[in-house]
Amino acid sequence: MTTELTSGKYVEKPKTLAALKSEIAEGRTKAVDLAAAYFDRIGTVNPQLNVYLSLTKDRAIEQAARIDALAAKGYALPALAGIPIGIKDVLVMKGAPATAGSKILKDYEPPYDATAVTKLESAGAVLLGKLNCDEFAMGSSTENSAYGPVRNPVDPERVPGGSSGGSAAAVAANLAVASLGSDTGGSIRQPASFCGVVGVLPTWGRVSRYGLIAFASSLDRIGPFAGNVRDAATLLNVLAGHDPKDATSSPAPVPDYAAESDKGVSGLRIGVPAEYFAEGLDPEVRAAIEKGIEDLKAAGCTIKPISLPHTKYAIPTYYLVATAEASANLARFDGVRYGFRSPASENLAAMYRHSREEGFGPEVKRRILLGTYALSAGYYDAYYGKAQQVRRLLAEEFLRAFAEVDAIVTPTSPVPAFKLGEKSGDPLSMYLADIYTVTASLAGICGVTVPCGTTSTGLPVGMQVLATHLGESTAFRVARAVEAAQDNFQLP
Amino acid sequence: MTAKVTTEEVARVAELASLELTPEEIPGMVGDLNAILDYVAELNELDTTGIAPLAQISELPGAGGSASLRKDAVEPSLNRATVMPEAPESDGRFFKVPKVIER
Repeated sequence: MTTELTSGKYVEKPKTLAALKSEIAEGRTKAVDLAAAYFDRIGTVNPQLNVYLSLTKDRAIEQAARIDALAAKGYALPALAGIPIGIKDVLVMKGAPATAGSKILKDYEPPYDATAVTKLESAGAVLLGKLNCDEFAMGSSTENSAYGPVRNPVDPERVPGGSSGGSAAAVAANLAVASLGSDTGGSIRQPASFCGVVGVLPTWGRVSRYGLIAFASSLDRIGPFAGNVRDAATLLNVLAGHDPKDATSSPAPVPDYAAESDKGVSGLRIGVPAEYFAEGLDPEVRAAIEKGIEDLKAAGCTIKPISLPHTKYAIPTYYLVATAEASANLARFDGVRYGFRSPASENLAAMYRHSREEGFGPEVKRRILLGTYALSAGYYDAYYGKAQQVRRLLAEEFLRAFAEVDAIVTPTSPVPAFKLGEKSGDPLSMYLADIYTVTASLAGICGVTVPCGTTSTGLPVGMQVLATHLGESTAFRVARAVEAAQDNFQLP
Repeated sequence: MTAKVTTEEVARVAELASLELTPEEIPGMVGDLNAILDYVAELNELDTTGIAPLAQISELPGAGGSASLRKDAVEPSLNRATVMPEAPESDGRFFKVPKVIER
């Protein structure tokens, strides 16, 4: 399969963390020069792709200078010393705008840092700025951003996926070495797949969400994007762990994911669920994933056909659970404490309504309405209650499967990146783009999306590697093996 | 669960959600919500009698659990001087809003 991209003029693979770290430690590259080079490239490429919504130059240069000072003294450098990283604009950074892609937060500058941001900076990362996304992370194409769509670096006529489209595009176009995104129903995995980068969905609760602008709390997760699997594992080493500021963060110990990912795949049992290879799967995506499965077999895995019969109920379940939770979470945007307030309303209730009407975009309103409806008296049991019951069936089905296999592999998306405007007029067809990703979201299990071939026109295909709760190490091992079999793979 | 949503119902739900849809927005929303609700009606095929709803992943065995709750003790949070300037209108101590009750 060819890896030549037909129109990827913005595509550029970032250097690996290991390479950059030794350059900085040995003084061959100054962290401040590296940051400046990234800001230069952003200045050139961002007008075409609309990846960054705002830049945090002063903060980045200050941090880079600290790293250079450490390196000059010969101190051991932390894991991400000097590494330029971009942050999805649903995570807060003190003093930097946090729009969540919404007009309702246009001028909001949060007074604190998200825990994920603090952890990256404590590990030496240089944070470049805030990345574009679908409004409140609601979307599968980044066309729902109030600040204009992101374009896919592989083909700017196409979407980068969503909702973390800016985060995926930033790494694909080397506008950051790595980035943070959030994933509620596929918002890390699907854009990673569309842009040809690695994206990680950690187990629900694995990464603290303090400072994440909430969409659907029983589903929301923060995870990294990177140019290769080992770097993604190194990022998760930094991000994972309990945080007293997020009571839902898991107290489970954090393994060294990067070291674990080196263990190889010989003897691992890989499940291939028939339901993910059914009607609606693009033939070229299927061929690329089947080749990836052959590569895993060649690497020493046992391939087992499995069945996950409740898969078809995942999209309806997801869109009821997620919208119900969103309708509650987004009630806080009312024009009182922060964000946009509609001027000149006659009373408080009208001020709420006008601020929300003018501040939210159409998809956000649609989901708030659907969620409010599903929770309203007389409909709660039929919709929200029913969806929660089916959610248990979906989760238990995965847990039964993981008694038989170590990992499950599927296409991340049934289709490669689609064109801008292709689905934006039809909400339901956009929702169906999440068909292979919402299942793991509902079950709370973890996964990694890894580039796995391309279509004949050079569009990236991503394989989704799923593992059970807290099974990130296994997912990384399998993803490493898929990555190593790619034609363009170079040893870090 | 196959009930069709009407214009009146969309207006009622919008009111519950403190959204004020424009007259131009309503027909599109009615159509979209009906299409989505028709689609989610597929869940009715499943008999879920006796299945406990799953609200939180941490309920599942082996899913990572959750930490014990912290002590119920006052801890410092963001101070008022940092937070209040974010408000669209405030006097530095309180948020100011349009009048709540008509006299």
